[in-house]
Amino acid sequence: MTEEDIRAVFINELVKIAPDLDAQDIGEDERLQDDLGLDSMDILNLVAALHKAFGVSIPEPDYPKIATTRLAVSYLQEMQA
Amino acid sequence: MAIFTLPSLGSDMEAGTLVEWLVSPGDRVSRGDVVAVIETQKGAIEIECYEEGTVHALMAETGEELPVGAPLAILLAPGEAPPDDTAELRSDTTPAAPSIVKPKLQQTPAAPLPFEEVRASPAARLRARELNVDLKDLSGSFPGGGIVLADVEAVSARGSATSSKPSPMAEMRKAIGASMARSKQTIPHFYLSHMIDVQPAMDWLAEHNKAVSPAERLLSGALFVRCAVLAAEKVQELNGHYVNGAFQPSESVNAAIAVALRGGGLVAPALMDANRLNLSETMDGMRDLVSRARSGRLRNSEMTEGTITISSLGETGAEAMAGIIFPPQVALLCIGAPQIRPWVVDGDIVPRRVVTLTLSVDHRVSDGRLAARFITEFETRIKDPDSL
Repeated sequence: MTEEDIRAVFINELVKIAPDLDAQDIGEDERLQDDLGLDSMDILNLVAALHKAFGVSIPEPDYPKIATTRLAVSYLQEMQA
Repeated sequence: MAIFTLPSLGSDMEAGTLVEWLVSPGDRVSRGDVVAVIETQKGAIEIECYEEGTVHALMAETGEELPVGAPLAILLAPGEAPPDDTAELRSDTTPAAPSIVKPKLQQTPAAPLPFEEVRASPAARLRARELNVDLKDLSGSFPGGGIVLADVEAVSARGSATSSKPSPMAEMRKAIGASMARSKQTIPHFYLSHMIDVQPAMDWLAEHNKAVSPAERLLSGALFVRCAVLAAEKVQELNGHYVNGAFQPSESVNAAIAVALRGGGLVAPALMDANRLNLSETMDGMRDLVSRARSGRLRNSEMTEGTITISSLGETGAEAMAGIIFPPQVALLCIGAPQIRPWVVDGDIVPRRVVTLTLSVDHRVSDGRLAARFITEFETRIKDPDSL
């Protein structure tokens, strides 16, 4: 999967969890919780969705590593390699 | 034969707009079936049927704004034959009673009604009142001459077309404000606060979540709700409804979970029979409630049958809040976000994760001693997460 593919899947799952977000408007460095308003339930649902989509089970101590789109894409890329 | 009326939508909502019928005449319905969807100030709510039978006729149109108690449909009991004429029922039923009422069938459909000068549907009456339109000046288009919503709307459209609908967010804020003002005016609140050590529970949770796949992980909120439910089961004076000057304790604990909506606003749908759910079922139930609260698919029973409210401030943020009780309930527990604080454990000062519980209680029903018992129950449970 290319970086672009990973980003597309990540954004797609994110928008499914927070349907009021516009995929076009999500900034690379916007923080999921502080800027986009996701709560702990949303983050858990997102992690479960990413597990399904990428087969990567993100442990709780790694949650800060997916705090923004930029961080998450590079993390997922690394974990898939 | 029975008339199915619009049931209560929660203490802060008096009306809603019918957006969808999920049954048609001839359909069989059972207790608990979802028969219609009503748009309210707090999003769409699925309306459940409380009787078993066959739908004979629908009495409300989609798009109509209906007060609580407005007739929705005529139900025939199993095996019952349909009546001859039901058109009269529409104008004959007053929208006051919030439950199933037995209809009075007009024997002679053409005769004027004895107690109503003008025949009009509940929605038409409501709209006419809002628009300051006198129903006597209108002619009805419903079979038999009854005035329906469209007749009133038509008149208002001819008049000044300046009225603009306020935004849904403003409407929700208005509903919350009205309900909370009523609560503060009628319920003598008192508050009890206590800080407790949740480090053992947090360590237990981290271990648990390390060993399972993301879909099976638990949130600390689920542990807190489970502890609150067990405490509510023990201290019955905090779990139930205050209705008509008396407290009615509830055997089941329907935990109303305060859910912040993205973009603002708040709903507190109930996790029904939460005392019968184990920890992972509690988590699944909360996940389901939160997702349906956000997509606008809550049921009217979930909006009205909560017996105690639990409001969690989340995993980071403020440490305490004194909440306002959601009537007709008599207690609300607010759980602050966990904070790391110096704490004394076995004589040593160590950093520990602590949360502050703040219990809001109705003084008409209980006092500080019982509130303290609730907090103690909660604390005993959270110290021993294996028992949850």
